[in-house]
Amino acid sequence: MRNSVGGWLVWGAVAFFLVNLFGLVASVVVNSFATQWFGTWWPAGLTSSWYSTAWRELDLLGVLAVTLQVAVAVVVLSVLIGVPTAYALARGNFPGKKLVTVLFLLPILMPPMTYGIPLATVLYKFDLAGGMAGVIIANLVPSVPFVVLTMTPFIEQIDQKIEAAARMCGANTAAVFGRVLAPLLVPGILAASILVLVRTVGMFELTFLTAGPGSQTLVVSLYEAMFSAGIRAQQAVDAMAVIYTGSMLVLLVIALRFVNPTQLVTRMKEPT
Amino acid sequence: MSFNELHIDRVRREFGTHVALRDLDLTIKGGEFVALLGPSGCGKSTALNCLAGLLPLTGGRITMDGDRIDTVPPERRGFGMVFQNYALFPHLSVRRNVAFGLSMRKVAKAERERRTHEALRLVQLTDHATKFPAQLSGGQQQRVAIARAVVLAPRLVLMDEPLSNLDASLRLEMRSEIRRLHQTLGLTTVYVTHDQEEALALADRLVVLRDGLVQQVGSPEEVYANPANRYVAGFMGYRNLLPVRMTGADTVAGNGFTLTGVNRDGCADGAAVAAFRPSDVTVAAEEGANTVRATVELVEYHGREQAVEARLPGGETLHVRAESRLAPGDDVLLHVPRDRVLVFAP
Amino acid sequence: MIADRPSLRHRLAERGVDRTLLLLVPGVVFVLALFAYPVLYGLQLSFQPAEGGGPFANYRKFFADPYLADTILITLRLAIPAALVNVLASVPIAYRMRGRFRGKRLLTTILVVPITLGTVLTAEGLIQYLGPVGWFNKIIIAVGLTDEPIRLVHNYWGVLFSLIITGFPFAFLLTLSYLSGIDPTLEQAAATLGADWRGRFRHITLPLLAPGLAITFCLTFVLAFSVFPSAYLVGLPQGETRVISIAAYEAAFRDADYPLGSAIAMIMAAVMLVVIGLVLAWRSRLYRGATGGKG
Repeated sequence: MRNSVGGWLVWGAVAFFLVNLFGLVASVVVNSFATQWFGTWWPAGLTSSWYSTAWRELDLLGVLAVTLQVAVAVVVLSVLIGVPTAYALARGNFPGKKLVTVLFLLPILMPPMTYGIPLATVLYKFDLAGGMAGVIIANLVPSVPFVVLTMTPFIEQIDQKIEAAARMCGANTAAVFGRVLAPLLVPGILAASILVLVRTVGMFELTFLTAGPGSQTLVVSLYEAMFSAGIRAQQAVDAMAVIYTGSMLVLLVIALRFVNPTQLVTRMKEPT
Repeated sequence: MSFNELHIDRVRREFGTHVALRDLDLTIKGGEFVALLGPSGCGKSTALNCLAGLLPLTGGRITMDGDRIDTVPPERRGFGMVFQNYALFPHLSVRRNVAFGLSMRKVAKAERERRTHEALRLVQLTDHATKFPAQLSGGQQQRVAIARAVVLAPRLVLMDEPLSNLDASLRLEMRSEIRRLHQTLGLTTVYVTHDQEEALALADRLVVLRDGLVQQVGSPEEVYANPANRYVAGFMGYRNLLPVRMTGADTVAGNGFTLTGVNRDGCADGAAVAAFRPSDVTVAAEEGANTVRATVELVEYHGREQAVEARLPGGETLHVRAESRLAPGDDVLLHVPRDRVLVFAP
Repeated sequence: MIADRPSLRHRLAERGVDRTLLLLVPGVVFVLALFAYPVLYGLQLSFQPAEGGGPFANYRKFFADPYLADTILITLRLAIPAALVNVLASVPIAYRMRGRFRGKRLLTTILVVPITLGTVLTAEGLIQYLGPVGWFNKIIIAVGLTDEPIRLVHNYWGVLFSLIITGFPFAFLLTLSYLSGIDPTLEQAAATLGADWRGRFRHITLPLLAPGLAITFCLTFVLAFSVFPSAYLVGLPQGETRVISIAAYEAAFRDADYPLGSAIAMIMAAVMLVVIGLVLAWRSRLYRGATGGKG
């Protein structure tokens, strides 16, 4: 590629973006280690005590446990419900197929607020909100369609003739599914699970609307903590933010071993 | 617009550690039809892309009538190119596809329309001018690609295996089209193919490539009748390539047979290869010079002839095309004339 | 007598109705019960105002009260520029980065990070970094670009930056995908026909990319339009960044007026659908066929 003014501008813009991004993240990290930091270039001193403070006062262990439980439950349930649906959509050609596809597309496209408020209202009505059950159900709503959306093209790509070939070799339905389809589906399910996991941990609005005191995920807890920054030190909140980022990054690193960055973000298969 | 001579001077192209073209030396004269022939991976498409300017050279230079052109970007070289997958612009109609080069050159509208119409008439697609590529058949798309390349009357037309995506009968038809176009327009053409029949039918000169190196340059007759080495021979239809040892100036011995041939590579002694065409093998009535015994294994019916695979006593397979009526299991005596046996270095 | 009409089961199977359909049941039941039903319930609730006044009272109330009605414009003023910036900036950068080069995977991974960081951390970082005594202001004062710190947080700009930071990587990766889906030989052909990079971009790349950009815009717009936590954290939730999701939330959960909250949620969905509808209508006039894929 020839280097031109345009080229340098582009790289310059990217660099500017990344530098500021780094500054953003660094501000939070540095502050979380600061004894005091009042408007100077660098904090007065460094300490790690805020982490233990945050851990204790904000009950981070409990919150992490809740987050993990919610996320795992959502992943397992959405896969259980979503994969059979994806199979039916991939293989089937029935009247109303387009309608069903749109039905599963809507919860992903609509902003969580638009269906979250009515959903929370309904959950409160049936006394399901305020606890883990409500949070899990709420987070399932975009996750099941998401699994369906990710798995359907994946299954479509598996040549239907493989199933026919298995039957010609004498396999019954259970064998076709267990010994032929399942192994082929595993990478897709793995990728979908990881994507759901990352999304659920980062999903704010739905948990915010349906959670009670004992059922907040990390991101909601962090939000609440930021509002109580008057009462407790900003540094403790930042420490919590760093812990949250740390966990997300760990998840991200694990996720990227199985899916590439484009799929993580756009939930599309890269054109091959 | 034409030129006298295009010189490709010791051109080299590497992809990382892989050398696709090494020391390519070729002179192309204005108006001629040159075919680059070779199997996949021999570097012919790479050579074409280097000529077009789509790939920079790792070494060497390309000059046209003395002017250096390998440093000129593709949009300023004035060469037309027909791609293997046609590369028709899917969002433009046939007419606008063909006119694209003319609009890039900012040709006036009236002349643009005239020349486009002329090009479409040449490829017999005037009735399809408003259609889009997706609505055309493979053969029609190919003709649009050709029209688009020649409408600019370029100094050089480059064709990258344009017929390989067509089915057999269409391929023959389009081959004649391309020949006819070359005779009508007289545009210098460099044509890449792996099909030796195509190359023989179309080219004024043939360049046989292998692993990035030129094996032979010559007219179709030369390359067909006098292949330069065992590799070119194998590519040009000398399907019988028997491993032998030299036993004299012109004689060789294989596993249980001896042959006299033409010593093309000047082999003195040691291992060699005896090459001859299946169609040069006949069934002999009695033993004599250049006869071998073989057992028929496989017979394919080809109308007037049979394509026969026979096994020699030493185990090698002999390919024969003969008008006789043989059957698997027959013991047969086969003969090859000594001037049709070429002896090469292995 | 042997019936010569195929059995009912056979005829149904011909039209795609067979046992595989049973697999659909759990998913469809789930979506109907937990998505369609709440949304319809909310819709119905929105026509039952808490204080009476007829079915459209909530909607009239929304549009009559500037504090509420202005939220639409406020949200659009944030979402449309954010989406435009994200999409337009992604094009030249993706264009430059679509080939193979060393570190591409690393760079795309780094760009994914802001999305996974999420809005809350981004907000926190923005408050610190862009705040009046944060590093950004310190640097531009030290360099001499300005004398006083610029107010970049707790206002419109803070939220806009937050939307761009979390939205750009998403738009970029989508654009990159679409760009990679364009057959590279098309641009090569255009080059041999005399088009320089400007001509190739304008006549080949852009027309083939435009439908994908429209989709990218729609998706980025939806993300930006749903802005919620950052409007609180880095914005002015009672003032210039009072977005429509805040109005809906406050009506439903602070004022316990569920009908009004639902009505606002419906209006939010409607406005969003109108914008998307307009973009998709424009898109349908472009060539949307196959672009060839990686050659």
